[in-house]
Amino acid sequence: MAQQSDIKYLTPITVEVRKKKYCRFKRSGIKFVDYKDGEFLKRFVNEQGRIFPRRLTGTSLKFQKKVAQAVKRARHLALLPFVADNLKTNQ
Amino acid sequence: MLNQYETVFIMTPVLSDEQMKETVKKFENYLLEKGAEIIHQENWGLRKLAYPIAKKTSGFYHLMEFKAEPSIIKDFELQYRRDEKIMRYLTVLLDKHAIAYNEKRRNLRKEKSNNQNNQVEEIEIKKEEN
Repeated sequence: MAQQSDIKYLTPITVEVRKKKYCRFKRSGIKFVDYKDGEFLKRFVNEQGRIFPRRLTGTSLKFQKKVAQAVKRARHLALLPFVADNLKTNQ
Repeated sequence: MLNQYETVFIMTPVLSDEQMKETVKKFENYLLEKGAEIIHQENWGLRKLAYPIAKKTSGFYHLMEFKAEPSIIKDFELQYRRDEKIMRYLTVLLDKHAIAYNEKRRNLRKEKSNNQNNQVEEIEIKKEEN
């Protein structure tokens, strides 16, 4: 019987090392998400202007709620679009 | 109980500079009349909108920060709705973090404008030297 160490792979196996996600607000100590800063809020929306889910950005629940609120306020004031194409590549 | 609020409104781009200032003055006076204390004002000037509103692609933005009784807000927003020069408005209640953030932001802006002024002065001085 072959032992564990005897098994050889044709292609070297790559072990994925994922960076642990973190909440950028908690880490940098930001307590208030500003709806007037459209450029900053663009980090939390995708190219079409949709808000990124928490599982992608790593934002904590507390701040995700605030981000969502801020994005919606910015949309109302036409600082961010409701829908767009190539929101980030244009700038 | 006084609350601290912040309001941003967008005026139509068809206004002249004077008309715009008049409109701002009108809302300012309304607040002062109702016993509000205006803490800070910012004029963002003519900005491009992220999407067209009422077939306009730009607008004059103005921001006001003030302390007021909660009861006057409803009436204040009614004034916005009655004024056809206003395309959009948003009034938000500021919590303690927001107040702290705004103070910081104000100081930053002040510094920036001071620096710019200083730079302008320096350039002028240099010109004079030349």
